[in-house]
Amino acid sequence: MLKRTLMASVAVFTFAAGAGHAQTIGFSQIGSESGWRAAETTVTMQEAENRGIDLRFSDAQQRQENQIAALRSFIAQGVDAILLAPVVATGWDSVLEEAAEAEIPVVLLDRMVDSDPDLYLTAVGSDLVHEGRVAGEWLVEAVDGADCRVVELQGTTGSSPAIDRKNGFEQGIAGADNIEIVRSQTGDFTRTRGKEVMESFLQAENGGADICALYAHNDDMAVGAIQAIKEAGLNPGQDILVVSIDAVPDIFQALAAGEANATVELTPNMAGPAFDALEAYFADGTMPEKFIQTESRLYTQADDPAGEYEARKDLGY
Amino acid sequence: MTTVLRRVAPQLLTLVAVIMLVSIYFPSFWQIVYVNERLVGIPIDVIKRGAPVALLAIGMTLVIATRGIDLSVGAVMAICGASAAWSIDQGFGLWAALGIALVAGLICGLWNGLLVAVFDIQPIVATLILMVAGRGIAQLITGGTILTFDNDAFSYLGSGTLLGVPVPAVIWVLTGIGFGLLVRRTALGLLVESIGVNLRASTLTGINSRVLLIAVYMGSGFCAALAGIIATADIRGADANNAGLWLELDAILAVVIGGNSLLGGRFSILASILGAMIIQTINTGILLAGFPSEFNLVIKAVLVIIILVLQSPRVLPQLAYLWRGRRDRSQRPKQSQTSQQNAGTETKT
Repeated sequence: MLKRTLMASVAVFTFAAGAGHAQTIGFSQIGSESGWRAAETTVTMQEAENRGIDLRFSDAQQRQENQIAALRSFIAQGVDAILLAPVVATGWDSVLEEAAEAEIPVVLLDRMVDSDPDLYLTAVGSDLVHEGRVAGEWLVEAVDGADCRVVELQGTTGSSPAIDRKNGFEQGIAGADNIEIVRSQTGDFTRTRGKEVMESFLQAENGGADICALYAHNDDMAVGAIQAIKEAGLNPGQDILVVSIDAVPDIFQALAAGEANATVELTPNMAGPAFDALEAYFADGTMPEKFIQTESRLYTQADDPAGEYEARKDLGY
Repeated sequence: MTTVLRRVAPQLLTLVAVIMLVSIYFPSFWQIVYVNERLVGIPIDVIKRGAPVALLAIGMTLVIATRGIDLSVGAVMAICGASAAWSIDQGFGLWAALGIALVAGLICGLWNGLLVAVFDIQPIVATLILMVAGRGIAQLITGGTILTFDNDAFSYLGSGTLLGVPVPAVIWVLTGIGFGLLVRRTALGLLVESIGVNLRASTLTGINSRVLLIAVYMGSGFCAALAGIIATADIRGADANNAGLWLELDAILAVVIGGNSLLGGRFSILASILGAMIIQTINTGILLAGFPSEFNLVIKAVLVIIILVLQSPRVLPQLAYLWRGRRDRSQRPKQSQTSQQNAGTETKT
């Protein structure tokens, strides 16, 4: 009994010693809903380890109540900061107020909340419209004024990535009259549907001879479509340009094989910018911007796709 | 033969009508060319893309004929696809992968069959369990990722061609013929129907209904395994989250469009397969027509409603009456003779 009390007090003591140096940070993750989410968790842990941060990880298994409980336990433990990837946008006010009262800064990762912006330090995320725009601008540059009929594989109808990535791409090609989206259908973000819908595009567009480029809202659909193009006897990457978004490992294999042309990265490294902002905040109280936009980097066949594949394949995608 | 034709006449007519409708939007529907050692054309796409639903519908027809339902087939597809991809990934080779996937399907069917036949759990509940749990099992096998593999022999099953015809189409045609012969050239079909009409009475007459029920669910699991193998081979990867997602509903719809009663009893596998082809023609037609994707499901729903209303017990006899009435006026004497003949052969269908 005495021993246990002693250990508990030692533990409390270590917490107290750690305070002020941003060494203990709690991370409430949504769960493992997708490969990208798993990669985000892996990268966050790697970033924390590189910086010597003691990361307390909590998996909420897609439930908000688990996340709120995790946040309360982080507050009770007296962590220095909290990273939160919120599963839904609403219902965070009271727990964020508790964190604010305990003077623990909260950084949102990837998704936003509807609460008062004063309740969190900053939010790190990607701009979906920007991603689409980067893809569109790449295509404008790649075709260089030649006429180009584009087919588009949309994400799940009505989902925000599908809407924003479509709008972004249209903004990206807005100035170029030579580029025209001739067919646009949903492929539900899956390989199977990507392949199936691409087959029908090829049928409808003269066996694919009238298609100059494919824009897919995610890499998985592009990977499926590439197979459909190959089976139709065309060369993906040459006869039909392929540009997509996400930068998952499999698209780098396609890039390395010359079957895809470009992908826009949705980086799983949201924690890096978050840790940078926290470091600056703890060092001299610098208040970061309320929204830190991650870089939507464009990868083409020239960016060592084989090496990128090796670097990413073990992240848990 | 004529009785079979008469049984599937509404489905054939519907299929023709749907094809004509698609042809309005896409006049070159029947244009089939031969490139790259494969036939390319919209009808080819339909019979290839319709393979999973057609296969599921074969197994589902038998299950529904016993007054059951199998909601787990989509999840079983995911499990079997994941097992096959895992085996290939482990380097077991083509035949081992096929064997493991088919055995996995049969085990899933056995599980459903035991719950229904031995524990007397209602089929919709018994199969719901595997429908929900199955994707979890599949995710455990793939480790939560899309498990990709590189094996040309296995991919051939999904995207290869045999004499220009897509292999998936060959698989469902052969499976359909196999199941058709099995139930119609033996007494099995009749026994399945009798279970569906009255389980208790059938058991009392000496039919081993328990074994037969389990066998029927295992047959459905077998068909789902084939569908899962095709779906996995097609994209060269096992996607536990999306493989066969909601296809159980399309399969049930195919059986219903095929004019089979959900209350069990008489069934026609051929009609169910035609139902699957009708659904796939609608799906492909929607993709070809180039409507915004928001309309996809609405258009499909409207067409399905029209088809089901036309085939409903209220409307179909009326249509048949009008049709027969017209024929009667032109060739009355011949008609009565054939109908007598048909009455004689009716029970054998």
